[in-house]
Amino acid sequence: MAARNIPVRKGEDMPVREGTLSRENYVKPAVDIFETEEELVLTADIPGVSKEHLDIGIDKGILTLRGHAESSLKGDVIYRDFQLTNYYRQFELPDAIDAEKTRAEVKNGVLTLHLAKQEAAKPRRIEITSH
Amino acid sequence: MAMWDVLREMENLRRDIDSAFRGFGRPQFGEAGFIPGLGVTEYPQINLAEDSDNIYVEALVPGLDPKDLELTVMRGTLTLQGERKEADGRKKAWHRNERGAGRFLRTVEIPAEVEADKVRAEYRNGVLTATLPKAEMAKPKKIDVKVA
Repeated sequence: MAARNIPVRKGEDMPVREGTLSRENYVKPAVDIFETEEELVLTADIPGVSKEHLDIGIDKGILTLRGHAESSLKGDVIYRDFQLTNYYRQFELPDAIDAEKTRAEVKNGVLTLHLAKQEAAKPRRIEITSH
Repeated sequence: MAMWDVLREMENLRRDIDSAFRGFGRPQFGEAGFIPGLGVTEYPQINLAEDSDNIYVEALVPGLDPKDLELTVMRGTLTLQGERKEADGRKKAWHRNERGAGRFLRTVEIPAEVEADKVRAEYRNGVLTATLPKAEMAKPKKIDVKVA
């Protein structure tokens, strides 16, 4: 297991953590995160969020996903399972991510985020030579 | 006095029990929060609304090919079924897997007769919205009271 360092932050530059947002105002999207040799891939279900209302940021190793969805339901509600509101979730990224090469796409309410690994973090095959 | 209808009473009881358990085991955020994905007992989640002419349905079905989504209306019930395909089978190591995949089907009772051939549905940003026009007989009628 690689050692993980959680950076210590003080005062102003502390990112907003989930606990400080009021619970009524957001929901946590469900995510899948998997790793391949070249990258980390994050997919999140954010139904109702269009490209314009999605905000993805990486700051000091913290990935923040924010989205806003609004219901277009007309008339009087007679049955309700869900409320379309804001999405919010944060993740701590490993150090070996090349933030510049991050790609994101949204399709049918699913966000796919490709987080490229730095060259140094990719696995290498070492050839063994016999003499 | 109206007759006491045993079947109706039983139906009411069943509904009360259903609504008491609805949301059980699900995280509650305010009025009606949700986490789409695994562990949701009823999938997809829906909202129903109505006005005097139409019934409106809204369902959360992210990550679907619209071709895999099927909406059927039959005698007072609306059935929504489809399949969310599993992510690609590349060799990979999972860190989190919260999103579900697979086939789903949900049937809901709609409170009025609708004209099945005039139903319009749209899939956008993972949300399905459908407008079901009420049948003429189900629309409220205003009756003029004449003074004799």
